[in-house]
Amino acid sequence: MALDIKLNKDKTKLYAFLDGEIDHHSSVFLRTDIDLNITLYKPKALFIDFSAVTFMDSSGIGLVMGRYKKMNEIGGRVYIQNPPNHIKRVMLLSGVNRLAKIVNADMISEEVETLEEGAK
Amino acid sequence: MKKVQNEVKVRFLSASENESFSRTLVCGFALSLRPRVDELGDIKTAVSEAVTNAIVHGYRSTVGYIDMLLRTYDDRSLYIKIRDRGCGIADVKKAMEPLFTTAPEEERAGLGFAVMESFMDKLLVKSEVNKGTTVIMIKRIVGIDGYKTEKQN
Ligand SMILES: Nc1ncnc2c1ncn2[C@@H]1O[C@H](COP(=O)(O)OP(=O)(O)OP(=O)(O)O)[C@@H](O)[C@H]1O
Ligand SMILES: [Mg+2]
Repeated sequence: MALDIKLNKDKTKLYAFLDGEIDHHSSVFLRTDIDLNITLYKPKALFIDFSAVTFMDSSGIGLVMGRYKKMNEIGGRVYIQNPPNHIKRVMLLSGVNRLAKIVNADMISEEVETLEEGAK
Repeated sequence: MKKVQNEVKVRFLSASENESFSRTLVCGFALSLRPRVDELGDIKTAVSEAVTNAIVHGYRSTVGYIDMLLRTYDDRSLYIKIRDRGCGIADVKKAMEPLFTTAPEEERAGLGFAVMESFMDKLLVKSEVNKGTTVIMIKRIVGIDGYKTEKQN
């Protein structure tokens, strides 16, 4: 599991690109890393990108719900970006898409800075 | 009576690395039924839910063994039994309700059983407090060759 965090120029949007398999084992590290950046930058929106996620169980739902709570505290929103079909199924089954909207973006249109290079 | 075609038994420790090991193992075992990619995905997710439950709830802050029994039957069904000897569940019916969780502070969503139920054809949960929990899941595999009838190939 790798995580790549990016921030847009005016530091209002935080992007978390997930890569690999999300389960209970890997979600602990993802949660810690994303939350650290939420605390640091207090973004208005958090985009969690699932395009490179190959597997996800309900731990991924917990991950989105937890980030929703955290962003809600600072008045920000969470978006589920580019989930592949198998991931989308789990999202829809849980109804978490009512808290965090599913969006499809071809590419990030704005300039972003890389904060962290995905660690294992 | 349907006949057993193949069987595997494994025992592994309740270490969180074994979540990915166990679902990969079940996938490998199921390959003989020539499942479709989406069927494999369903199986993987359901196994991950059951094994994670044994690790995070059943054995909580302890470590114990998880026993897995896998079978394929001649009616193209895959049988998965996952058993822990952990704390057990007092009220199984309640535990299986969507969004019910005893570990919200750990970011559990309370959806594991709902996922198992919707991704597999059959889900059976037996549990006894302080004895442990057994989860049985069965799924009929249509497969890439598209078997639809009850009859064997
Ligand atoms: N093997 C087990 N041993 C003991 N308790 C269990 C076991 N499996 C499930 N439970 C109990 O049943 C509840 C519901 O399980 P379920 O998998 O549906 O949700 P969860 O594990 O709490 O959250 P999620 O699976 O969405 O991360 C758990 O919170 C736990 O109390
Ligand atoms: Mg669970």
